Amino acid sequence: MTSTTPKGKSGWPIRLIAVILLATASDALLSYQVSQWAYGWLPVPASTAAPYVDDLFSLEVGIGAFIFFGCTGFILWSVLFNRAEKYDESDGLPIEGNNKLEVTWTVIPFIIVMILAYQAIHVSETLSALGPKVKYDVEGGLSPDTAIVTGVRDDIGPIDVIARQWSWEFIYPNGVHSSELHLPLDQRANFRMSSEDVIHGFFVPAFRLKQDIVPGSVISYSITPTREGRYRLRDSQFSGAYFSQNQTDVVVESEDMFNAWLKQSAANPLVPGLSPGTALYNERLAKGNKGWATVPPAPPPMVNDPGNPDAPHDA
Amino acid sequence: MTTTKYDPRVLKAPHPVPGAPDNWKRFFTFNTDAKVIGIQYMGLSLFFLLVGGLLAMVMRGELITPPSDLVDPTVYNGLYTMHGTVMLFLFLFPILNGFNNLLIPTMIGAPDMAFPKVNAAAFWLVPVFSVVLLSSFFVPGGPASAGWWSYPPVSIQNPLGHFLNGEFLWILAVALSGISSILGALNFVTTIIRMRAPGMGFFRMPVFVWTAWAAQTLQLVGLPALTGGAIMLLFDLSFGTSFFRPEGGGDPVLYQHFFWFYSHPAVYVMVLPVFGIFSELITVYSRKPLFGYKFVAIASFIITFLGLIVWVHHMFYSGTPQWMRNIFIVTTMLIAVPTGVKVFAWLGTLWGGKIRLTTPMLFVLGGVVNFILGGVTGIMLGTAPIDIHVGNTYFVVAHFHYIIFNTIGFGIFAGIYHWFPKFTGRMYYEGLGKIHFVLTFIGATLNWLPMHWAGLYGMPRRVASYDPEFAIWNVIASIGAFMLGVASIPFILNIVSSWARGAKASANPWNAIGLEWLLPSPPPAENFEDDVPTVISEPYGYGLGKPLVKDEEYYIRRSMEA
Repeated sequence: MTSTTPKGKSGWPIRLIAVILLATASDALLSYQVSQWAYGWLPVPASTAAPYVDDLFSLEVGIGAFIFFGCTGFILWSVLFNRAEKYDESDGLPIEGNNKLEVTWTVIPFIIVMILAYQAIHVSETLSALGPKVKYDVEGGLSPDTAIVTGVRDDIGPIDVIARQWSWEFIYPNGVHSSELHLPLDQRANFRMSSEDVIHGFFVPAFRLKQDIVPGSVISYSITPTREGRYRLRDSQFSGAYFSQNQTDVVVESEDMFNAWLKQSAANPLVPGLSPGTALYNERLAKGNKGWATVPPAPPPMVNDPGNPDAPHDA
Repeated sequence: MTTTKYDPRVLKAPHPVPGAPDNWKRFFTFNTDAKVIGIQYMGLSLFFLLVGGLLAMVMRGELITPPSDLVDPTVYNGLYTMHGTVMLFLFLFPILNGFNNLLIPTMIGAPDMAFPKVNAAAFWLVPVFSVVLLSSFFVPGGPASAGWWSYPPVSIQNPLGHFLNGEFLWILAVALSGISSILGALNFVTTIIRMRAPGMGFFRMPVFVWTAWAAQTLQLVGLPALTGGAIMLLFDLSFGTSFFRPEGGGDPVLYQHFFWFYSHPAVYVMVLPVFGIFSELITVYSRKPLFGYKFVAIASFIITFLGLIVWVHHMFYSGTPQWMRNIFIVTTMLIAVPTGVKVFAWLGTLWGGKIRLTTPMLFVLGGVVNFILGGVTGIMLGTAPIDIHVGNTYFVVAHFHYIIFNTIGFGIFAGIYHWFPKFTGRMYYEGLGKIHFVLTFIGATLNWLPMHWAGLYGMPRRVASYDPEFAIWNVIASIGAFMLGVASIPFILNIVSSWARGAKASANPWNAIGLEWLLPSPPPAENFEDDVPTVISEPYGYGLGKPLVKDEEYYIRRSMEA
């Protein structure tokens, strides 16, 4: 690599160093501020996982902002101060390369991304809510219950989470069926997730957690909610015609409230559960089945608590 | 310095085909001239940009309000599936093959591609599979509606039971696209390795050629996995096998491995040539040599290698064990290093340059700024805890479009404007070009920037309706999308009117350095024919005062007199 840096004056280019230091400091301050704003770009944190994810996100936003503002600031500066004059057809300084600089800007990003990778792995392992996927035999008519789940600590559960096109059903150990997921505050709940048709995604933004539910496999998954409230549970994995309707709520409440709900629900008769896709499908049929081909929605699950999808949710 | 001598005996086919018309009609023939094929690719793909854009307009029209009230949800699913498929397989891949056809032979001093007839066949497969794909709108049940990634079991559900269905045609079109791409890749790689001008060693090749070479190598390694997966999917759909069907013992996640093994690198197949375009244009419009040329060239192949071992980051929440997540976090993070090298090299080239803000340069700078933002969010998606929260949300849609449109699309527009005079012999209208840039930059920013916040807040992608709290971001996004639609008007006007009536272009209107600029505008059928110049310098010798080729004055005079 040839280097043809222009001969400068002897001594330190004090003015240039001052400008670089000032620009770097301004970039750092602005990026730090953006990293703090980043916490506000996320829904309210409502699980033990959320603070770890939020801190990692803030860190990444901060580093990302530093790089973005630094690079775009440099481009803007170049465009403002390195423009060719009209009719100036001459060339710029023929600087072809600088090995030290190139090695530096290879090594520094390497160190930054390895720090981020280390931190991401550390957070990922700290969450330890991400359960194993165990296949079971669908063809043999076996239930997901036959899949062995080991090594999962839980205070509540296992709660069966059954995903369908397009509804959610939750079955508690005492036999209560519900269209809404009720969880006690500050207790680790374990789920045994299965799907009856296609891949669905169990996604509660306030918990910062998401898990695909793969048909033919059972997934053991754990969550510890930390904030009372009502939060949206959405299907995150495209699951067909009424995919966007496949959402329900997670209700996080005190242990007493939860136990009261469990007791009350157990006494309720089974009724058709929440299944908004079914209503839309019926409307479609009433209009003469217009639109492109679709799989008819599964019958609504029979549940003790059909839930209240119209209730205001916190996130 | 290794050099490979140009060998005219590699060429077997006479071209253009004897009897082929020498006017606009040649663009509708089985012409074997790479430049004709290049323009065929570009014309067809720009048409499909409008088709894909139109599908997007309808989608954004649906999403301007929370409820699903413009089209039936099944129609929406078909629209977004076809939008993605058209944009990737009928716009992006073909238009980049257009650039490859126009630029690779002219930049390395070859008379044509190594296999001209194969080259023409690869192009003509594109209209064939476009008909196959678009005809799915008219089969019972409508087009494929399982998304461009076509995950089973959704993609193998066949509610009407017809053998001829949208998904079947989709898989067929993707397979044909794969055959076309493999034929093209073989041709490009062979041409680059075998047909360079005398004296053009690998480290005297323009960076665009390096990036195209790296990208096409990636095609050759990765595409068989997607093609294999697609064939297995076709068997599951049409013949009742159970590779991915859970009720028969198959695993749908296996398909995801096949799919992403190619489809993640596919992004690099598209973005690498655009990095090449950025590198070429920044040097011309800054009047400086490319800073760290060898680093930039080698980084292309490092991206190719790393691109093949990152695919599992698309599957962090698919039941992937923690140890596997950890490995793919690290490999994904590493990709940031060679891409960062390129960005810093561009910045280093700008430093102390004589910058000219022409339309191509505006698109380049806009594309680089957008790429930095898209790269930053890409790093976030590579870290499992963040990806688990934002994966499959609008955050990913935002990131993806910042790379696919705001970077690659901008690079494509930059390249079109920059090489337009060379290959049409006409100058474009600068004013219209700048209007196109301003509308595109604002429209693209309004369209995709707000989606980051919608995704962070938990709005899933691919939804036909959404909760009201996401409405504001979607209204802004839809306005941006419509503005992008408007932005296409000055572009079309410019291209059509300039080509018809624009001022005649000189051989080298940008005073650029490169073999293609030593040819007349437009270049003759076999470029330099038997009078191929001998390369004696590294590329991008701005300010160095060294000629690129032996007897440079002769070639300059000849190109101007033609």
